[in-house]
Parts: sequence; C-alpha cells; structure tokens
Amino acid sequence: MELLPTIWFIAIAVLWTGYLFLEGFDLGVGMLMKLFARNNTERRVLLNTIGPVWDGNEVWLLTAGGATFAAFPLWYASLFSALYLPLLVVLLALIFRAVAFEYRGKVDTDSWRNRWDWAIALGSFFAAFGVGAALALTTTGLPLNANGDREGGPLAWFSGYALLGGIAVVGFSLLHALAFLALKTDGEVRHRARQWFVRLLPVLLLPIASWALAIQFMEGKPWTWAAVILAVGAAVTAWLLARGGSEGRAFLALGAFLVLGTTSIFGAVFPVVLPSTLDRAFDLTISNASSSDYTLGLMSIVAAFGLPLVIAYQAWTYWVFRRRVSAAHIPAAHSFLPAVAAKAFTTKG
Amino acid sequence: MDALEIARWQFGITTVYHFMMVPLTIGLGLVVAVIQTAWYRTGKPEYLRMTKFWGKLFLINFIMGVATGIVQEFQFGMAWSEYSRFVGDVFGAPLALEALLAFFVESTFLGLWIFGWKQLKPAIHLACLWVAVIGSALSAYFIIVANSWMQHPVGVEMINGRPVMTDAWAVFTNNTALVAVPHTLFGALAVAGGFLLGIAWYHLWRRRHDGVDTVGADGRVIPGEDARIPGRDRADHKVWIRSLRIGAVVAMISFAGTAVTGDLQGKLMFQQQPMKMAAAEAACHDGTGFSVLSIGNVGSKNCDDVVAVIEVPGILSFLAKGDFTTEVQGVNSLLPEYKANYGTHLPDNPIYGERAGQEIQYVPVMEVTYWGFRMMIGFGGLAALAALVALWLTRKGTVPEARWLMRLAVFGILAPFGANAAGWIFTEMGRQPFVVAPNPDPSGIDQVFMFTAAAVSPGVSAGELITSLVALTAVYAVLLVVEVKLLVTYIRGGVVSAMPELGHAPADENEDETPGAGGNGDTKPADDVLAFAY
Repeated sequence: MELLPTIWFIAIAVLWTGYLFLEGFDLGVGMLMKLFARNNTERRVLLNTIGPVWDGNEVWLLTAGGATFAAFPLWYASLFSALYLPLLVVLLALIFRAVAFEYRGKVDTDSWRNRWDWAIALGSFFAAFGVGAALALTTTGLPLNANGDREGGPLAWFSGYALLGGIAVVGFSLLHALAFLALKTDGEVRHRARQWFVRLLPVLLLPIASWALAIQFMEGKPWTWAAVILAVGAAVTAWLLARGGSEGRAFLALGAFLVLGTTSIFGAVFPVVLPSTLDRAFDLTISNASSSDYTLGLMSIVAAFGLPLVIAYQAWTYWVFRRRVSAAHIPAAHSFLPAVAAKAFTTKG
Repeated sequence: MDALEIARWQFGITTVYHFMMVPLTIGLGLVVAVIQTAWYRTGKPEYLRMTKFWGKLFLINFIMGVATGIVQEFQFGMAWSEYSRFVGDVFGAPLALEALLAFFVESTFLGLWIFGWKQLKPAIHLACLWVAVIGSALSAYFIIVANSWMQHPVGVEMINGRPVMTDAWAVFTNNTALVAVPHTLFGALAVAGGFLLGIAWYHLWRRRHDGVDTVGADGRVIPGEDARIPGRDRADHKVWIRSLRIGAVVAMISFAGTAVTGDLQGKLMFQQQPMKMAAAEAACHDGTGFSVLSIGNVGSKNCDDVVAVIEVPGILSFLAKGDFTTEVQGVNSLLPEYKANYGTHLPDNPIYGERAGQEIQYVPVMEVTYWGFRMMIGFGGLAALAALVALWLTRKGTVPEARWLMRLAVFGILAPFGANAAGWIFTEMGRQPFVVAPNPDPSGIDQVFMFTAAAVSPGVSAGELITSLVALTAVYAVLLVVEVKLLVTYIRGGVVSAMPELGHAPADENEDETPGAGGNGDTKPADDVLAFAY
C-alpha cells in the first residue's frame, strides 16, 4: 500500500471529522434558532455561543475541499462535478447563513431579524443535509464512467443513501448542538438543552448509526466493526453522562462517538475513495486518484506543522470564550441614532 | 450558449463579484490595524472611534467576501472537473495551503478581534487583528500563486499527459506571482484609500452643511458640536479629517505602488504572454507606440479599420522592454507563431465536445483587453489625482461646501473598485483561448498548456450550469443591495452607529430630543461577556 496516499486519505478523514465535530454544533445551533429558541433573547444566547468561532469552524470545510483537490484531484473533480446541484444548494445555504450571522443584528426590527433567523435555520439545515448526502455518496458510490464523469443526468446521484447521509448529519448536528448549548449556556437554555439532549439522543443518532452500519455490511473489516461497536458505547455513555448532569463529559463522549463513527466509515471504504455504481473497475482509489508523491510529500510537511498549529489556536479561542452565556448577559438591542439621517436633523430648519 | 460559455460567465461573474469584497477586506483591514495601533500607542479617543467605525464597515464587507469565497473553491471541481484533473497535482496545493495556513488564521483571529474587546488584553486584542490582516495578505499570496501558474506554468514536468509538480520552490516563487502579489495588494489599498476619502469627505461636508463646523476669516475650520446628536462633537471632526487624510495618502501611495508593480508585470507579460500584450494594445502591427485612444472596431482581427487617434511613440516599447525603440510584436506577426507552436485547430478529442476540430482563435476579445487595460489605468490614475486634489482642498481642516464635490468624492469610491475589476477582467480574458497559458520560456516547458475549451466538466449539463448561473447571480445581486444598504445606513449613522456607548454619555440628558439613544443606557452586567455584535 502506498504510504503517502494512505496518509492523505487519513488526513482528509481527519479534516472531515474535524469539520463535522466543529461545524456540527454550529450548524445544529443554527437550526435550533427556529426549533428550540423561544424568543429573541434566547436566539441571541444561541448565536453568541457560536459567534466567535463559527467562521473558523467553517474553514475546516474549505480545507477538506482544498486538501482533496491537492491530494486526490480526481476524487475532487468527480465528486464535485457529479454532485453539481446538491453542492450548489450547499453553497447557497452557506452564503445565506454566513451573511445572516453578521447582518441579523444590524437593523433593529422584528421582521429584519426574523428573515435572517430563517436564513440561519434553513441555511444550516441545507448545508448539513447537503454535506451529509455528499459524504454518504462518496462512501456508497456514484454512477461514474471510465473518465470519472457522472452518467445519467443531473439527478443521477440521487439514492436512498443520499437521503440517509443528509438526515444523518442533520440529526447528529442537532444533537451535538444540544450538547454544546448545555455546556456553553446557563439558566433556562442550559437546562432545556440537556433535557432535549437526553430525550432526543436515540432518534437523532439513529440515521448516522444506520449509515455506519450499512457501510459495515457492505465493506466492513473486523476493526471497523469494532469501531462501530465502540461508537455505540460512546453514545450510550454520552446519554448516561448527560442524564447525570455532566455536560462537559457528555459533549466529549458524543465527540468520541463521531470520531469512532467516521473512523468506521472511512476505514471500511479504504482504499476506495469514490466507488462507481456502474462498474467497480471505474472506482477511484487512493492509488489511481492521488497526486504525485512529490506533491503529497510537500503537503505532508506543511500539514504536519500547520494542522497542529490550527488546532492549538482554535483551542485557545474556545478557551478565551469559555464563559457560559446566559440571557442575563444579553444587552438590549441597540438602535442607534443616525448622526445625519434626514429626519433626525433639523438645525437648518 | 453551451456549457462552456455558461461556465465561463459564471466563473467571471462570481469572481469579479468576490473581488469587490476582497480588496476592501485586505485594504481596510490593514488601515484599521494601523489606526488601532495608533490608539493603543497614544490613547487618543479619535483613534478608538476610527477603529470602531471603520472596523464595523470592514466587518459588514468582510462577511460577504467569506460567503462568496467558498463558491470559488468549489466551482473548480463542480464546473471545471477536466481542468481540476489536469492541474490538480500543482494547482491544488496552493489552494489547500491557503485554507490551512491563511484562511484559518484570518477567520479565527478575526473572530477573536470581534468578540474579544473585553476578554483580551488590549495588546493581545490588537495583535489578533494584525494576525488576521497578515492572514488575509497571505491568503492573497497563495491564491495568486495558483492564478500565476495558469498565466505562467513553472516547476512541473509532463508525466502521462498531466503536469506534475517537480519544483515547489519554482511554483511558489513564480516571478509572475511575485509581481502580481504586490500589485494586487496595492490595488486593494487603493480601494481602502478611496473608501476612507469618500466617506470622510461626506461627513465633513455634512458637518459644515449642518452648521456644526464653521470656517474662520483665515479659511481655517472652527470645529463645533451639536449636543443633541450623540457623537457629533469636536472629536468627531478629528475622526473625519484624519480619516480623509489617511485615505488620500493611502490612495496616492497605492497608485504609485500599482504603477511600479504593473510596469514590472507588463515587462513579464511581454515575454510570457505576448499575445495578451498585443491585445491590450489592440496592436495588429509591430510598433513602439502606445495608443491612448483608438477608434474603429478594435476587435477586428485584421485591423483594417482601427485608427489610433492619439498615439504616443515609444511608450509601448517602454512598457514592454524599458526602452523606446524595441518593436513590440503585434497580433499579425504573433498569430503564425502561435499557430505553428500550438496548432491551428483543436484536436479531434472528445474532451473538446462539439468544439473538437474547430479553428483556434488565438486573439483574445480585443474590445475587452484594450478597454480593460485602459480602464484599469484610467480609474486608478483618476483616483490618485483626486486624492491629491482632496488633500489640497482640505488643507485648512475641512471640505468646501459645494455639494457636487461631496458627490464626486462619494462616487469616486467606485473608481478603484472599477480599476481592480478591469485589471482582472483584462488579465483573465487576455489569457484566452488558454486556461493554462503556455510558457514560452527558452528553458522550456512549452508543452504545459490547456485550452479553456477542454477544461469544463464533461458530465455536467448546460441546464445545471444555467441553474447555478441564474441562482448565484440572483442571490449575489440581492445580497449586494443588502450590503450596500447596510453600509449606507452605518455610514450615515457616523461613529455612534459603531459605538452605541457614545449615545448614552452622561452629558446627554435631553432624551426626548434624541429618541433611541438612551433606551438601554444602563445595561452593564458585572460580567459583560457580550459587549459585541450579535
């Protein structure tokens, strides 16, 4: 087995896991803006838990995409072009969501806020769903021809696995967000988040667990089966910890569930990165889709230095903003008095 | 339109749009960092106000650059899969490194800056902004390394029909990139300079117009204040006159910077992409003169009816070679060379789709290259000249009362944006029909090139592309309106829009006359975790 392509397969699995771990909760918090928060103050509590960090979290997606381009150009090209429409939806969702975070508080009217709240909630939902569908399909396969191009038209990617993967990431993100809110907020929101977490854990994890299991039945190896079983154990642990009131540990246990789950999925499909459903001879693998050893070697050196650095300063960010946020911290919305708005100024008159 | 043309329109529209936000982010970020440093060192309140006000506008704009940037990375794979397969070994690395080494830094530390006003020590808080600013400049570097490889491929060998990186140092120190990076950064600063100048001019004008500031017998400004409006005090005058002067100086320096680096770029382009240089000039025949204005159909391929109305002899040679006599090759003498080197017709390969076997058009669309080149220089030069005039007109501390001058200053904000867009449109359209232009270096990797016609995703239908083109363009248009409206609101609001605390200063007692200002004056929880944006 080639060493460098294997390392980069692992690196990309790490990047996707990092993305799902970090943006998982901020996508979930975005959806909870409409599902969970009961009033504007609660919505601002939710937003401010992710405010300083969501943008840094999203860069994990760009890095996963960029690393796939650099390390496995053929994987990147086939996956992204085959999933043209779903990725377009992801892009539009991410655009609206990002802009909404920044613009929501910039005008002090309910209709303005409400519009952007919907942009955050729907943007988060479609981004999570689309990323989940794309990840599921790269593990279960797409109708690719010998050149790696999609056959069968714009919707040929659609399958039950696309739906399952979409729901899986949406469900996981919602649960992860509840764990995050229980950890990062105080008062009523914290209490309710933990309650919801305990109550909803089985149903929200069912789809992602089904995806991991389905992959095991198709491609599983003994050690990836073991990872799935450990993942289920981590989920049960998270549930018990949350019920017992250990919010921080419950959050970590859910994180362990994610890491084990993605490990079992990526591990099972290895060394295939994108199977073809038309003919397994057209499968993209770490050998036939990768860049040269020179490029991979260069990237390895940079990543070996760069990735720990990223993790270190992002961890520091979480440390700086480690305080719990509660409704009492939310100042009233400020509606500023424009210095030169026409009606506010009548000196000359 | 077929898939290729739609994909090109989409890339053009999304890129030019993205690059309206990016230069303002890069340029304004640096300016805000310098101003905050001044505040940190001197403690003068006007610098804090400037930091907050310009910082607020910076953030409103920044987020749009972030949101539209993801589209850029994704669409290589989505719409240009053959391109991605061909260049991935060498082109993917700078993109991945941009995310890993630059964009992570930029977004993480900007988050710290936005939310860390109270949590971080002032020095650390300031350092976070500097780190973010350096991150965005580094980001520009990596992206331009990738782009420069398309203009001037280096550091690769052809193996199995694909360029494979063999010399990373050559790729990351491509001379095309080394001059394009400072050119782009100066271009970004020019945008920030014009932005400060125009907005500060508006506020100074408004203060005069409203009778807050008056002018003494010697023509010098006498700053005043209006107690009824928060933040409209004497310090406010300082905010704007200082911003105006910073903006004007930045605009002039950056124009000089773009001129010097642009000149270096021209000389490289003359060697690396001679056809682009000829097309910039709409020069059909060899010569030395630079056309200031040509009439007739500059796009015609045989030049029969192109008449140079104003032509300065020697200048074209200077732009290309640094002397006044070298004949610069025109389109007519370059064409046979291109045909001999790269063929007359696209090969009969399915990768070219219905274009297989068609004749290759080596001459870019000359209306675009000719006018793009002139608009870039023209807008850039005008902005710098206007900045000089602005400094002179405001030497006594405020702006003239004339409304038209204010309007000119405000609309002048657009000129550097126009120069940036024109420059990019020129250089990317001038590269056609290649997506990776051949490198005619004598050291020789001439066979590394790719026609744009071969780059588009074969599996993606025109219908999908038109869907995304329409959807992205519509969303971008709506968001542009929202962004500009928000910017205008916050600009009109003045400093207090970014510093609501100015609105409930103790001096400000007559609340009935200042509605909205005192509504939440005393929300000061002991642990103010949330003195920030959301």
